[in-house]
Amino acid sequence: MKPAKTPKEIKNFLESNLWEVQKPGRYTGGELNQVVKDWKEVNTRIALIFPDIYDLGMSNLGIAILYDRLNQRSDVLAERVFAPWEDMESILRASGFPLYSLETKHPLEAFDILGFSLPYETLYTNTLNILDLAGIPLFSKDRTDDHPLIIAGGHATFNPEPMHAFIDAFVIGEGEEVVNEIVDKYQAWKRSGDNRSNLLSELSEIWSIYIPAFYHSYYNSDGTFSHLEKRTKQVSLPIIKRITPILPPPTTRLIVPYIETVHNRISIEIMRGCTRGCRFCQAGMILRPVRERTVQEIVDAIDQALTNTGLEEVGLLSLSSSDYSRILELVTEVNNRFSGRHLTISLPSLRIESFSVDLMDALKDSRRSGYTLAPEAATERLRGFLNKPLSDEQLLDTLKAIYSHGMFNIKLYFMIGLPFETLEDVKGIVDLCKTIYSEGRRIIGRRTQVTASVGTFIPKPHTPFQWFPMDTKEQLQIKQDLLKRNLRGPGFKLTWNSPEDSLLEAFLSRGDRRLSNVIYNAWKMGAKFEAWKEHFRFDLWVEAFSIAGLDPNFYTHRTRLMNESFPWDHINTGIQKEFLMEEYQLSQKGQTRIDCSNQCYGCGILPVFDHLRQENSDVVWKCP
Amino acid sequence: MWFGNVHKIKLWVLNLSTMALNLIRLNLIFAKTEQMRFTSHLDLLRTWERTFRRAGLTLAYTQGFKPHPKINLVSALPLGFTSAGEILDVLLEGDYKISDIKTKLNPVLPPGINICDLYKVPLNKAKLQKELESSEYIITLLDPLPNLHQDLESLLISENLIRTHKEKTYDLRPLILEIHELPNDDEGFQRFFTRMTSREGATGRPDEIVAALGVSVGRVRIHRTRLEFSEISQE
Repeated sequence: MKPAKTPKEIKNFLESNLWEVQKPGRYTGGELNQVVKDWKEVNTRIALIFPDIYDLGMSNLGIAILYDRLNQRSDVLAERVFAPWEDMESILRASGFPLYSLETKHPLEAFDILGFSLPYETLYTNTLNILDLAGIPLFSKDRTDDHPLIIAGGHATFNPEPMHAFIDAFVIGEGEEVVNEIVDKYQAWKRSGDNRSNLLSELSEIWSIYIPAFYHSYYNSDGTFSHLEKRTKQVSLPIIKRITPILPPPTTRLIVPYIETVHNRISIEIMRGCTRGCRFCQAGMILRPVRERTVQEIVDAIDQALTNTGLEEVGLLSLSSSDYSRILELVTEVNNRFSGRHLTISLPSLRIESFSVDLMDALKDSRRSGYTLAPEAATERLRGFLNKPLSDEQLLDTLKAIYSHGMFNIKLYFMIGLPFETLEDVKGIVDLCKTIYSEGRRIIGRRTQVTASVGTFIPKPHTPFQWFPMDTKEQLQIKQDLLKRNLRGPGFKLTWNSPEDSLLEAFLSRGDRRLSNVIYNAWKMGAKFEAWKEHFRFDLWVEAFSIAGLDPNFYTHRTRLMNESFPWDHINTGIQKEFLMEEYQLSQKGQTRIDCSNQCYGCGILPVFDHLRQENSDVVWKCP
Repeated sequence: MWFGNVHKIKLWVLNLSTMALNLIRLNLIFAKTEQMRFTSHLDLLRTWERTFRRAGLTLAYTQGFKPHPKINLVSALPLGFTSAGEILDVLLEGDYKISDIKTKLNPVLPPGINICDLYKVPLNKAKLQKELESSEYIITLLDPLPNLHQDLESLLISENLIRTHKEKTYDLRPLILEIHELPNDDEGFQRFFTRMTSREGATGRPDEIVAALGVSVGRVRIHRTRLEFSEISQE
């Protein structure tokens, strides 16, 4: 093995080479509030990796939270790593330098643990690329005691199987508490001097840790997934996701990037989870139970974060802000404390009702010209299937309220390819946008602008719609063409995803263990930065499937039988498969079961996590 | 740009008459060091806005639909350079003593910025950009250049130095006002000094001298030591 590069060598390398790349500020570190510790003083060193460029990764709240929590421990240091853009990658490769951490410029192989954040599936090839740039074997089985432990977590890992071959240990669910348990086990193992497989055994004892190497998967003769079997007795099956019964205080010591990033703002999560139960929405299912922070806690956190960062933008995050119990109180209090300070405060994900417009307007400081709504489907009929009922009248009333508040730029989120959707429903998007536009012309005049952002429905694991097939490329193209033909001209804007992007996301999210080979083949042929239009090459994936002897359509376009086992069935989100099935069947009858905060529909969260509610008497979940 | 056009000046004067007591115009001289050398002009301005906000000092804002703070850097420093004396021109709302402003700013400065000096200037003083004449730089060579002395001499005696920057051909020579070798630094690296014009439409770039010497810009450090202004503003 060639000797590892030292931080000093890497710094010298950067000094001579950063002139050559776009936005060198991505690769320097050194920002306000970064934490730099002495490597000699700290015995556990962790690299937190977001496998896309700095500009995106620095906006990821998960990384920021874990960075803060880990660095609070005196026996741990956590540093950041992002994917280099192609210009930097070619310089690294050409000069034989490894990818390094921003804080102290240590090569990745010098760390004890590499933690990858995988919020979405299009980061999979970048994950492989980063391991490769670090000189670490891509396959878990090829790593030795000398290599760092490779961990991954994030929403995409609720189906860990496609990445099972590359990741040593997955964390399923919320990371805030489990990171400390992982560190403790790691330190004990290191002191013991045992080998790597003992470390994995130790880790498998932690609630929510999934070690793929301890399981074997079986398939039926028709190619469908059969079941997963333990290789050793001690490990758990199923793996129950991790939750923190009470949300810890928000992270307020955020790093302030010198260069512009996607969201250069203070993000404060006001609530986790959602009681609405939209049947297509994965986040709404996997983030239960709903837990809120208090108004006081939120306002104090904003105040502290402003003092720490000086940032000018605050995002109050949740899946459905209108459902936050004390939303009016929160908005009032935020105004009292922060108005007149030239801040932009955003409250996304508001329900479509005129009260939301009042709320938005109440955030006085942020003068805005636009408003975003997510009806998802254009017809009442289709919204009923989705379990997101909303009458056309209510929608139009909300729009009138928006226009009469002087906002003229309306953005609407829709999906196509939904179950039960006909071309009439797609045409409904056109009709609805036109109605909205003429309302706007009437109330506010020529400035009216209507943007339809049309995504593609993907039947995600752990949702009631997981049994549905996805539309084919041809079906999607017909629907998109209809929209493109009819939604044009002044005042209209239409954005859409390419059907191929959506297919990629679909097979990567629904895949089984055999997808690891496909991902590897695609990466080998040059696939990376899948989330970037200029990089995404679907032909590589078609080829990668064919080398692996698999058919992408098998994963995307098949209606699943009710008794089919899914490759992600061993991941228990707290919601029982029977409940999802019920919802799937109700959707076919066009029946809704909205908002479980008043009436419990028995999704399974309460029985699974009952002990947590018992242990923490002050726990408030929005379960009735 | 808050002196941008007549309309805006009017607005500004109007503001002054109503809130004259509460406005302070500051010139702040600061060093931009290693950690911030790859922060661009615009990003540096944003960094300053955030620094004032952390310090609890209120920036004065423009009027209009999208108000922005009245904060300005006198001369843009190219990406990758460090500097011992950049100048920030900023308007604050409130009645602060200079010593208070220093006490508030110093603990919240980001890594890569040090304040060298800070003083009030009259609200109606013309903007410094107009009076900027030249900039001084020290260039450190990371690889030895055996004939540095002669190379610099020959730059100096040449009548013209035609170069191409961003697809435009121009003469670098008249932009060089002074150039000479310096004693080696503590690490033993060779150095030279140059003073170049920094007038509007005639701004010399020291990295172009480096290129003219046949040295890769990645193998030097460029440090701006001083901005020089015309006589009028010196009094």
